Amino acid sequence: MKHAAAGNGASPAIAEELVEPLTPEQLAAEWDEERPPHAGPLANVAAAVAAAALGIAGLAMSVGMGLGSPEKPEPGLWPFIISLVMIAMSVALLVFGRKKLDAEAFSSSSWQVAAGVATLVGFVLVVGVAGFEIPTLLLTFVWLRFLGKETWRMSVVLSFAVTAAFYLIFVVALSVPIPHLF
Amino acid sequence: MDFLAPVINGFGVVLEPMNLLYCLIGVVIGMLIGVLPGLGPAATIAILLPLTYGVEPVTAIIMLSGIFYGAQYGGTITSVLLRLPGEASSVVTVFDGFALARQGRAGTALGIAAIGSFFGGTVAIIGLTLLAPIVAGFALDFGPPEYTALAMLGILLVATVSNGSKLKSIIAASLGLLLATVGRDTFTGEARFTFDNLSLADGLDFVPIAMGIFGLGEILYNLEERHNKVQAPAKVANVWPSRKDLKESSGAIGRGSLLGFFLGILPGGGATIASLAAYAMEKKRAKNPERFGRGAVEGVAAPESANNAAATSSFIPLLTLGIPANATMAIIFGALLIQGVTPGPQLVQNDPELFWGVVNSMYIGNILLLIMSIPLVGVFVKILRVRAAILAPITVLITLIGVYTINNSIFDIWLVIVFGLLGYLMKKFGFEPGPLVLAFVLGSLLEENLRRSLLVFGGDAAGFVTRPISGILLLVFVVVMLLPLLQKAFRKVRTTAPAVEARHHEKEKV
Repeated sequence: MKHAAAGNGASPAIAEELVEPLTPEQLAAEWDEERPPHAGPLANVAAAVAAAALGIAGLAMSVGMGLGSPEKPEPGLWPFIISLVMIAMSVALLVFGRKKLDAEAFSSSSWQVAAGVATLVGFVLVVGVAGFEIPTLLLTFVWLRFLGKETWRMSVVLSFAVTAAFYLIFVVALSVPIPHLF
Repeated sequence: MDFLAPVINGFGVVLEPMNLLYCLIGVVIGMLIGVLPGLGPAATIAILLPLTYGVEPVTAIIMLSGIFYGAQYGGTITSVLLRLPGEASSVVTVFDGFALARQGRAGTALGIAAIGSFFGGTVAIIGLTLLAPIVAGFALDFGPPEYTALAMLGILLVATVSNGSKLKSIIAASLGLLLATVGRDTFTGEARFTFDNLSLADGLDFVPIAMGIFGLGEILYNLEERHNKVQAPAKVANVWPSRKDLKESSGAIGRGSLLGFFLGILPGGGATIASLAAYAMEKKRAKNPERFGRGAVEGVAAPESANNAAATSSFIPLLTLGIPANATMAIIFGALLIQGVTPGPQLVQNDPELFWGVVNSMYIGNILLLIMSIPLVGVFVKILRVRAAILAPITVLITLIGVYTINNSIFDIWLVIVFGLLGYLMKKFGFEPGPLVLAFVLGSLLEENLRRSLLVFGGDAAGFVTRPISGILLLVFVVVMLLPLLQKAFRKVRTTAPAVEARHHEKEKV
């Protein structure tokens, strides 16, 4: 105890000004606040329905492959068992687990993720045709400027630097057979 | 000294320059990603899997394991300086570590954490050296029924011990098992779930799935979360802890190391739970528990020793039974399979160079980490200023280009994107990605052994129960299944939940 007290007196002003002292409980509460808002029970219902649908599809397809018998199992038996487990757990989630608020609500910033995925899709579509340099440059720029909110100058300079570095590492140094222009 | 000869040969393997270099690369990367917010060790190891194709198996695993335990060291730095746990296993370190930093004793906290980590790691390596051959010897007699039971238990434990909802984790695990069945059936050669797509005929590869779900999924998730606030880290002075601090924390380090070692062996255990348990234990043992949370050195020493010990000892089930105990081990398992090495009881005997090379590399790695954490800690504190927004596109591109280089296949890039999206959605809807990847890795092993056992038993499933070891394993399986119901009944009697459990809310970063 006296140790902590002695330390407190000697604490430098810099750290003290930046962040106020918090007990573990307050800290936990603060972290909780920083987390995105919970999605309602509907998210769990949606997840359960999606999982159950996957399970039912798996069930139908494994029956199609043939189940066989325990002493002579056919290819469908194992997927059949897993699909059953999956359906059972989804139903249990629907019935008992609906109220548990562990899903996160989508927010306006979820569009950033959608945009991010779109740039990835664009990257793959272009890379086979035009090499990796141009899509790399564009992807880095979009992620820095629009998703990362860096300044225009920073984004331009960094995206050229990153592209050059990737070219040097993958093409020049490692001679990886990635499609490239130069 | 028959026993020691392969151990000493293992040092010969470690001291080869190539292996030393990769050990250094591994621990530096581990330390970096521990410090940097965003990616955890599982995600990083997943993203770097393509790097391991060109090197020897032992070299590859030395590097990957270096990333894993290196991250345990690095995660401490942000916990202490910024009150932001770099890794889930450093969450409890925040309470006393940051309190110490506020008192101007950040250096002490970091120094004690580094020494504790080093001690915990070393204890665990020695434990691993002694215990692993015994476990492996015991498991040599395991037949298909035992492996079936063991794999089922392993998947169930990882699914139920993880933070998220147990139902959701089991759903994720079954999805992983289903994904593992895609492709040709090993017994009959019939195509399953291939939708007549040629790229799916040989099944799904582990690498794109791991890179997608852990790597890209994590990056996409962070894209939404990122607050972009960079705090100035507290000043770090005098990292060498005083004699008094060392004396105060030596008991905590010892207890934390032992506790961490044992919790790490259990499937589903691992570093996060070990650190929480060690912190709770120290608080309970302390004469004045109110010191905890206000800058008690033991509150840093115990969890940091425990998480590093657990990280190391979680290699035991992987290397001796072939059952990964947590998500990161599942990826290392996958990396070994890619290299044509099947981890299991035979590994110690058939491939002693790999086994002891990897184990002994951890001594070197821990020494390197101790050097980086004490004299060089200032360098890593500077790295804290790098913004996550700048790292995101770089990691994305490494992922996309990296996966392409494995098979020169555009289809694999599509797979990564699809599984990245799945990983993101799973996180949003409260599903842990770990059980899925673990189940995927164990899926074909489980099915193969199940079908073999059924053939041996002539279709009589009772055979699983009558064999002693598989019977016991299945009994444990049933107990773990029913545990939540028992706990519910128990909780009605006693409503006081332990305080630490409530704090253990931080989303597990993989």
